Amino acid sequence: MSAKMPETVLESLNLGLQKALQENRNVILLGEDILDPYGGSFKVTRGLSTRFPEQVWTTPISEAGITGIAGGMALRGMRPVVEIMFGDFTTLIADQVINHLTKFSTMYRQQVNVPVVIRTPMGGRRGYGPTHSQSLEKFFLGVPGLSVIAPFNLLGDSPIGAPGELLYKTITKHNSPALFIENKTQYLLKLLSPADMIDYEVITVTPEDSFDCPFHKLSLRSSPPSQLSLAAYGYMAHLAMTAIKRLAYDYEIFCDLLVPTCLAPFHLAPLFKSVSQTGRLLTVEEGSQSLGWGAEVITRTAETLGDRLKISGRVAAQGIVVPAAPDLETECLPDEEDVIRKVLEMV
Amino acid sequence: MNKNIFFYEQLYTIRRFETMLLEKFSTGIFHGTTHTSIGQEANAVGILSHLAGHDLVVSNHRCHGHFLAYGGDPQALFAELMGKPTGVCGGVGGSQHIHWRNFYSSGVQGGTVAMAAGMALAEKHSGSEAIVVDFMGDGTLGEGIVYECLNLISLWQAPILLVLENNHIAQTTPSQMAVAGDITQRFTAFNIPATRLDSSDVLEISDTAEKLIHAVRAQRSPQALIIDTARLGTHSKGDDTRSTEEMDQLWQNRDPVTIHGARLSAADRDFVHEKVDARIQTAFEGALEGEGRSS
Repeated sequence: MSAKMPETVLESLNLGLQKALQENRNVILLGEDILDPYGGSFKVTRGLSTRFPEQVWTTPISEAGITGIAGGMALRGMRPVVEIMFGDFTTLIADQVINHLTKFSTMYRQQVNVPVVIRTPMGGRRGYGPTHSQSLEKFFLGVPGLSVIAPFNLLGDSPIGAPGELLYKTITKHNSPALFIENKTQYLLKLLSPADMIDYEVITVTPEDSFDCPFHKLSLRSSPPSQLSLAAYGYMAHLAMTAIKRLAYDYEIFCDLLVPTCLAPFHLAPLFKSVSQTGRLLTVEEGSQSLGWGAEVITRTAETLGDRLKISGRVAAQGIVVPAAPDLETECLPDEEDVIRKVLEMV
Repeated sequence: MNKNIFFYEQLYTIRRFETMLLEKFSTGIFHGTTHTSIGQEANAVGILSHLAGHDLVVSNHRCHGHFLAYGGDPQALFAELMGKPTGVCGGVGGSQHIHWRNFYSSGVQGGTVAMAAGMALAEKHSGSEAIVVDFMGDGTLGEGIVYECLNLISLWQAPILLVLENNHIAQTTPSQMAVAGDITQRFTAFNIPATRLDSSDVLEISDTAEKLIHAVRAQRSPQALIIDTARLGTHSKGDDTRSTEEMDQLWQNRDPVTIHGARLSAADRDFVHEKVDARIQTAFEGALEGEGRSS
């Protein structure tokens, strides 16, 4: 294990994979172009095939095949980790996830475990165009038996950083299928240390039934009571973090930012608590709005809090194809300005 | 027991189970749907008789014959089909989603090949001696994941016997309307050695399977066996569009119970019938008596 502390989300995830591979010979990485010297399209697996040649398997462009094979391997005691090069290609594995991996345990009367982790980068802002820029995780929220997990770029307590620690635990401790949602723009984000977070008060809880996924609540340090609860995950949570600081400094509007790392199953108790105090809920996601994560979060909040939820809103991508041209892509995808504008509307 | 009698008993057990199932379906005892193995019993019996205890079987929607030949309990399967907690999978799986010991079946065609390939690779990686026998049909060949997996099975030399039961019909679609080109070449194109056998005779199938299973075991690499066979029953319960003439022909020439039964004396056949009829009757009644869900 490298003694060097990771600086970015990418390095942290790489260390998480390393740790899992080193500890357990039954952890197998499968994916396209993941071998050194290339080390994967986004370099998350860099160095791993050199250190663990038996456990890192490069594959042809066969997303469905390798995901299905990972399911079979998991049924026989392995802990496979599949890298899907672009999140857009998760459509190719939908049958394997929905009709196979997540079915086995229940339909075989709990006699089997299926510890498969599918890692994939979602998101745009890189100009990759319509089929390489989407955030499609909403299609996998609500699949019975599937955990959808998304890391947040905090350094945390672990020497490998919180994203890597979350990935490591998902690979080694989570005994059912998990979709681990990374984000292309998130990879290069700095892991935020307590010193970086000096302006924020961060409260982290781990909801009991949410495996080991932390749920973070951020607010501005020593601020008056929050007026709005903002919910976001992954890269959008990072943008929202900057947004709540600007809202405080420039507009004297104070927000709680709620950041789950387990998107599904939904564990929203900390969010309900915040909204019961603020009465306002804004969800932020990079996927398109209709029937998305925010829609479910708001519905669940309304069901739980009744008329204590006074006003709700969603910031999300436009419901169009994500264009390649930088100006068009920017217009399509939600950013910090969209968050601020929406908050100003709601407060 | 004499091998011929043993095989006959197995063939007839599957046949009797399936006919009992169809007879009783109309009474409303069973839930959902079912796909019977009638006509294809010799594949299950001939092949699975060569498995060792640690070997694995992956099957598909038409899995009853494979399950019974693997050694599965008819009473537990009846109970599964009745949706009872006493069923193989507590009634959750139903007819086509069965798991017991190292037997697994599932209901989406191509995915079972991926599942089987993954299992074989896991066994290979862990250094076990086990092999996987994977049953698919001609209908399975329509799904793309099959070819992804044949490629990977060959690249990674998975210890697996791929058995393709070519019954020439997928639900109601004859294979000449659904399968272009040559089936054997689908395997050999990926460098998976393939053997084709046109037979409903359990002894022929058993002899061929024995050699292939030995090869998979010894070489820790894949083999394919394509068996041209006949589905003598409907796809599920009553959906068959084939003509009476065609069916009569098939029953006359391709019934594995009749073909192998001719090797036994009438007295031996009667002995087997009596024994198996009683066993299946007991299994059915036992399943019926098993407690239902308390709701």
